[in-house]
Amino acid sequence: MWWRSASFILDRNDNPPQPESRHLTPPSSHMADTNPNPNPNPNPINNISAYYQTRAAHHGVVTSDWLAQAQAAVGRDQPSDSDTSLKSSASEKPFSVIEEFNNWRKQPDLAEAVAAIRALASVIRSSEANTIAELQSELKSASDSLKSWDRTSISLTAGCDLFMRYITRTSAFEYEDFNSAKSRFLERAEKFGEISYKARKIIAMLGQDFIFNGCTILVHGFSRVVLEILKTAAESRKVFRVLCTEGRPDRTGLRFANELAKVDVPVKLLIDSAVAYSMDEVDMVFVGADGVVESGGIINMMGTYQIALVAKTMDKPVYVAAESYKFARLYPLDQKDMVPAARPIDFGVPIPSKVEVETSARDYTPPQYLTLLFTDLGVLTPSVVSDELIQLYL
Amino acid sequence: MDPRRQSRTVIDPKVRQVGFFAPPDRSQSVPLPQSSTSPPLSDLSPSGNSLSPVMIPPPRTLPPPNRLSSPLNRFSGDSVNAVPVGSYNPSPSVGDFFEEKSVRSPDRRRSGGGGGSGKFASSLPAGGFEMPPEVKPKSLTTVSVVSKLQGNVTDVDEKVGEQSGESQDVNSKQPLKEKTSKAERRALQEAQRAAKAAAKAGGNAVANTKTGKANSVQKKDNASSIAPAEKRVVDHKDKDRKKDVPHPRMQFDDATRVEKAKKRAVVKQTEVRNRVELFRHLPQFEHKTKLPHLEINFFGLNSVHPAVYKVGLRYLAGDISGGNARCIAMLQAFQESIMDYSTPPERALNRDLTAKINSYVSFLIECRPLSISMGNAIKFVKSRIANLPLTLSESEVKATLLSEISTFINEKIILADKVIVRHAVMKVSDGDVLLTYGSSSAVEMILLHSHELGKRFRVVIVDSRPKLEGRLLLRRLVGKGISCTYVHINAISYIMHEVTRVFLGASSVLANGTVYSRVGTACVAMVANACGVPVIVCCEAYKFHERVQLDSICCNELGDPDAISKVHGREEVNYLKDIADNESLQLLNLTYDLTPSDYVSMIITDYGMIPPTSVPVIVREFRKEHIWSG
Repeated sequence: MWWRSASFILDRNDNPPQPESRHLTPPSSHMADTNPNPNPNPNPINNISAYYQTRAAHHGVVTSDWLAQAQAAVGRDQPSDSDTSLKSSASEKPFSVIEEFNNWRKQPDLAEAVAAIRALASVIRSSEANTIAELQSELKSASDSLKSWDRTSISLTAGCDLFMRYITRTSAFEYEDFNSAKSRFLERAEKFGEISYKARKIIAMLGQDFIFNGCTILVHGFSRVVLEILKTAAESRKVFRVLCTEGRPDRTGLRFANELAKVDVPVKLLIDSAVAYSMDEVDMVFVGADGVVESGGIINMMGTYQIALVAKTMDKPVYVAAESYKFARLYPLDQKDMVPAARPIDFGVPIPSKVEVETSARDYTPPQYLTLLFTDLGVLTPSVVSDELIQLYL
Repeated sequence: MDPRRQSRTVIDPKVRQVGFFAPPDRSQSVPLPQSSTSPPLSDLSPSGNSLSPVMIPPPRTLPPPNRLSSPLNRFSGDSVNAVPVGSYNPSPSVGDFFEEKSVRSPDRRRSGGGGGSGKFASSLPAGGFEMPPEVKPKSLTTVSVVSKLQGNVTDVDEKVGEQSGESQDVNSKQPLKEKTSKAERRALQEAQRAAKAAAKAGGNAVANTKTGKANSVQKKDNASSIAPAEKRVVDHKDKDRKKDVPHPRMQFDDATRVEKAKKRAVVKQTEVRNRVELFRHLPQFEHKTKLPHLEINFFGLNSVHPAVYKVGLRYLAGDISGGNARCIAMLQAFQESIMDYSTPPERALNRDLTAKINSYVSFLIECRPLSISMGNAIKFVKSRIANLPLTLSESEVKATLLSEISTFINEKIILADKVIVRHAVMKVSDGDVLLTYGSSSAVEMILLHSHELGKRFRVVIVDSRPKLEGRLLLRRLVGKGISCTYVHINAISYIMHEVTRVFLGASSVLANGTVYSRVGTACVAMVANACGVPVIVCCEAYKFHERVQLDSICCNELGDPDAISKVHGREEVNYLKDIADNESLQLLNLTYDLTPSDYVSMIITDYGMIPPTSVPVIVREFRKEHIWSG
C-alpha cells in the first residue's frame, strides 16, 4: 500500500542536490528517440544518478555527444561543489581529486570504488602536508568531496570509507618521521588499490567452482565480476549456458550477451518478464551488487529483487558476486529506505505528461533471498557481512 | 573424610537438571595445569566465598586442608554464579552431579558446584552467589573464576576439578594449621551452632543462611554430609553464613529444597498455593506478605546496607521497573554501600567486598529476581573488584570503584541511549506511523527526539494488562505534543495495517538473536512480521547475553497471580474471589517472553544498526574489552 510508506512524501518533497546530473539533458543515448526527458512529472526526480550513467558510458552504448556533454557537465559542476574546502584546496594545488577520479573512472574496466581509491592515493602522493594530521584531514576532505559528487553510488561511498579506515588505522604514533608515515600510507593505498583491482580475479576463482557441467545460469544486470566468473569457468572448459535478462532500460542483457558470445558461451536472451517462466530450467542465479548492506542484503540493479523472490520460491540458489569494498554501513528496512537513484527511462513513445514513471534504478534484496556471497574475503553467507563490517569499522 | 565421600556420590534422582551439564570446570586451582583453563577466565573475586551453594553440606568454608593447598584451593567462582537472571534458579542437582565427580575435599565439591553452574547453557551473569567468605589462607592467591565465566567454562573438564581435588588431597595431607582433628572441629562446630542459635533468637534470620544454603543445595543432604561441611565451618566467622545464597539456578520444584532456601532467606516469603505445573521451576511467592515484612525489618537487618535495602523495597513494590532503571538504581546503591564500606580487620579487601556485594545481590534477588541487565552490571562490578591492584589503599580502592561504576553507568547506559537515538531517528521519516509496545526508555527517547527534530509522525501505543505500562508512556508523549493512539494488545492485528514501523525495547538480546522482553512483545513482533512491517529493537549493548534460550518457559519471571484476577480501580470485578483456592484453577502471570530472531528486522545498539545474527559478534568483540579486562 503505497501510502503507508512515508517515502512517497519524500519523493515529492525531496530534491537532494545532485551537482552534476540535474543539468544534463537526458542521455538520448541508447536509441535515437526524440522523447524529451524530463517529463513534467509530479515526481521530479531529476537527480539522475551519475553512477548509472557512468556504467552506461563505460560500455560504449552512449553516443559521443552525450559523453561530451557528460564531461562538460562534470567539468562545469566542479565549481558548484558546495565543499568550499575542496575548492580552496583544489585551487591551492593544481590537483583535484575529482579530476583524478574521473580520469580513472573513464577506464571501462575499472570499478568505481577502485578508481576512487586510486584517486585518493594520488591525493596522498601529491599532498603538500607536513604533518600526519594535516594529511589525514586532506584525505578526509578529498574523500568527502568524492562522496558528495555522487551520493547515489554506494560502492563509491563504501570504498572511500574503507580506504579512510584502512589508512587511518595505521596509528600516527607509529611513525616518528612524517615522510616515512606518508610513504607508508602511500604504500598501503597502492596495496589497497591492488587488492581491490585483483578482487575480481579472486572472486572469479571462487565462483567458478560453483558452476558445474551442464548447468544453466540466469544472469541479471551487467556485472563485470560475474562476467569474470563466467569467463573463468568457460576457460576451464566447463560446459554451461547462460540466460540473460534484457535489463531495461540499460540494455545490460544485450551487452552481456555480446560479451559472452565472444567467449563462445551459449547465451539466451529473455525479456525481464520471462524470468518466472524460465526459472524452471535454471540451476542458479548470478548477480553482481552495487552495494552490500549491513543486513547482508544487496542493492543492485532494478529487477534483482523480483528475480531473487522467484528463485527463492522455486528453490534456486542466488549467488552474489561482490568485492569486499562494496560492504557499506547502510541498513535499508524496505525498498524506499535508500538514497533514491534515478535513471531516466525511455519508452520509445511519448508519454503523456500526467503519467508518472518509476525511474528508480535499483532495488534492495533482503538477505533471506540470497544464498551465498562470493567476495575476495571468501565465500560468505549473508549474515557474515555484518560480522566483517563490525570488525572493519568498530 | 569418609562421610564426605559418601555424600558426594549421591545424586538426587528427582532433581530436574536444566541446561547442559559439563564436567565441573572450575578453574579454581590456579596454578595447576588446570590453570590453563583459567587464563581466559577473568580473575574474579578471590573472595573466600568459594563454595557454591550447590555444594553439599554447608560448604561455607574451605576445609582446613584446602587452605594448605592455597594454589589449589580455589574457592569456586561460584560465588559469582549466584545471581539468577530473571528467576533462573539453578538446579541444586548440579551440585549433586558434581558431588560424584569431586571426591574428597570440599574444595573439589566447590569446584564441582562451580563447574556445574557454569554448565548451564549460558553463562550466568555474575550473581550474588553468596559464598561464605572463607578465611583465606595466606598463601591463597588463586583467583576464582568469575561467575560470568562459569558459563563459558563449560568445557573445562572434570579433569581440572579432579586435579584440584587431588591436589587438595595432597595438600590436606600436609600438616598445616587447619588440620584440626575431627573432634576439635566438632567442638568448634557446636560452639558455632550455639552462637548461631543465639543470633537466630535475636531474630536474625540471616544466620540461617549458611546451613540453609548448604542444605538447599544438596538435595540429598544427609546428616553425614552435614558433619563434614560443618567441620569446614570451623574457620568461618558466623556472619559469613549470611553470604550464602542459593545457587542461582535453584529449581523450585522440590519442596524440601525450597524449605531450606527459605530458612536462609532474608525475606520471608510464602509460596503461592496454586501453581502452574509447567512453571514450577520458577519461584513464586505471595507478594503481599513480602513488602510489609521487609518494611518492618528495615532497621533490623544489619547485613544489608540501607541503600540496597531501599532499592530492594522499591523493586518489590514495583516502583522501579525497566531494565535500565533497575540497573542504575542498583549500581547507585552499590556505590553508596562502597562508600560506607570499611574493610574488617584481617580480611582481604576485594574478597570481603565481593562477599558483601554477593550478599546484597542475594537480597535483591529475594525482592525481585534479577534482570539480565542487572546481572551483567554485577558481573562488571565484581570483575572490577577482582582486578583491583593489591597495592591500593582502601580509600583509593573505593574511589576507583566509585568512578568505574559511574563510568559504566555513563557509557553503557546513558551515552549508549544517546547513540541509539541518533541511529534510530534516521529510520523515522515524515508520515510514519510508529508502533510501540509497553514502555521502553530507549523507544521513548527516540520518539521524543524525532519529534524535536521536527519529523511528522504519529505513534500507536499498544498496552496490556496487568501492568498497563503503556499508560505512562502515553502520558509523557502526549504531554510533549505527539499525536498518539492507544490500543490494547487484543487490537494488534486490527491496528497493524496502518503501521509503518514497529519500535520495541528489550530486556536483553540473547546470543542467537532472540529478544527477551516484556510479555506480549513476541505477539506484536509476529503480527508485524505477518503484515510486512519492519520491527526494530532498541537495546543497549550491555544487555546482550551469551545465553541461548529456545522458549519462554525455562527462564522467566512469575509475577503476582492476584494481579490477573483483579482489575485495578474496579473492585466489583472480582469474579475469581471465591474460587481462588480451587485446586483446578491456576493463575499464571508471566513477566517476560521471547521473540524469535526471524521477526526482528534490525537491532539498534550503541554499536550501530546490526542484524539479529550479529549479536554474538558484538558480545565477542566488545564484551571482553569492556567488562572483563576493564
